[in-house]
Amino acid sequence: MPYIEPHGHMVSRTMYDYEKMALAGCEIICEPAFWAGFDRSSADGFFDYFRQITEYEPKRAARFGIKHFSWLCINPKEAEDTMLADDVMALIPEFLNKPNVLGIGEIGLNKNSRNELLILEKHIQLAADYDQLVLVHTPHLEDKRKGTQLILDALKNHPKIKPERVIIDHVEEHTIQMVLDQGFWAGITLYPESKCTPHRAIDMLESCQAERIWMNSACDWGVSDPLAVPKTMLEMKRRGWTKESIQHVAFDNPVKFMQQSGKFTP
Amino acid sequence: MNHWTKPASVNLVDLGFMDSRSKLIDLAAFLDRVQRAGQDDDFRVAALKQAIALLSQNEPERAKKVLLSFSDPSTEPIPKATMQGAIGAHKESLKVEAV
Ligand SMILES: [Zn+2]
Repeated sequence: MPYIEPHGHMVSRTMYDYEKMALAGCEIICEPAFWAGFDRSSADGFFDYFRQITEYEPKRAARFGIKHFSWLCINPKEAEDTMLADDVMALIPEFLNKPNVLGIGEIGLNKNSRNELLILEKHIQLAADYDQLVLVHTPHLEDKRKGTQLILDALKNHPKIKPERVIIDHVEEHTIQMVLDQGFWAGITLYPESKCTPHRAIDMLESCQAERIWMNSACDWGVSDPLAVPKTMLEMKRRGWTKESIQHVAFDNPVKFMQQSGKFTP
Repeated sequence: MNHWTKPASVNLVDLGFMDSRSKLIDLAAFLDRVQRAGQDDDFRVAALKQAIALLSQNEPERAKKVLLSFSDPSTEPIPKATMQGAIGAHKESLKVEAV
């Protein structure tokens, strides 16, 4: 069954992973800019990374018939150094015209620090200035609830940000409702241990009637599974979901959100 | 427009019981193991025990309540990020509740 991986860090993945995803029905992968498992020492490292996810990964994906899109930012894990963050943000505008760039992301918070919040607000301004979609990373574990609230407040405080053009990713049972209630989209990340399992994801989808929600695997440098989305689709089938309802979450919802960029075509 | 179609009714106990049973026994064995090793005074073990108490409540919001019990309840940004990772439980809020 065709599906979209709307949040996958393919720079961490091999061609074999691309092949497995294609065999499982993946037609489109979207790659937000994030941490690479280590701190980069200068803006030059990010320049090369932005080239990698806007020029090189689309070519790798195309070898398996998969379309590749990307998002740009300096992620919150590396945003404590505000001088570095300013240098990296200055690089972003020249990349926004690339045909596969959908918006600003994944921005957000990691440890909920003042500097992270400052850089988040600057990214929100950048998105407003260039009329871009926004993809938001929420903090992990004990920091998620507080960070999600700080992020929602920062987005709500900006007069030009429209909630329907923002997705708040990595929601769990204690954050999904606050995100949807304020008109934002929500992303559920299927990730061993630190985020969400297929059954919990399906529980949340059922209680929120699967509107304004997508699911993704993240499939980054950590212990993660690039097939987490199709595995969850299989669980949905076992739990009585119709083919159409599964497609609605795994394909139609990501299309609906990302088409707002004006560049995304399924 | 909402396209929601309620899934067909299936036996969720058939689908999930063995997995839940296995995870519960793992949890019990973990508590035994850290106790035998004299490590059960770790705040993370205390946080687990506090969360386990929430499972016997009868409202269908146990997952949310468990997640909240592990969460930092403060609302202001911290002055500076001194680490990049997260621990999984919040030490200070446990202390407050223990008082
Ligand atoms: Zn990510």
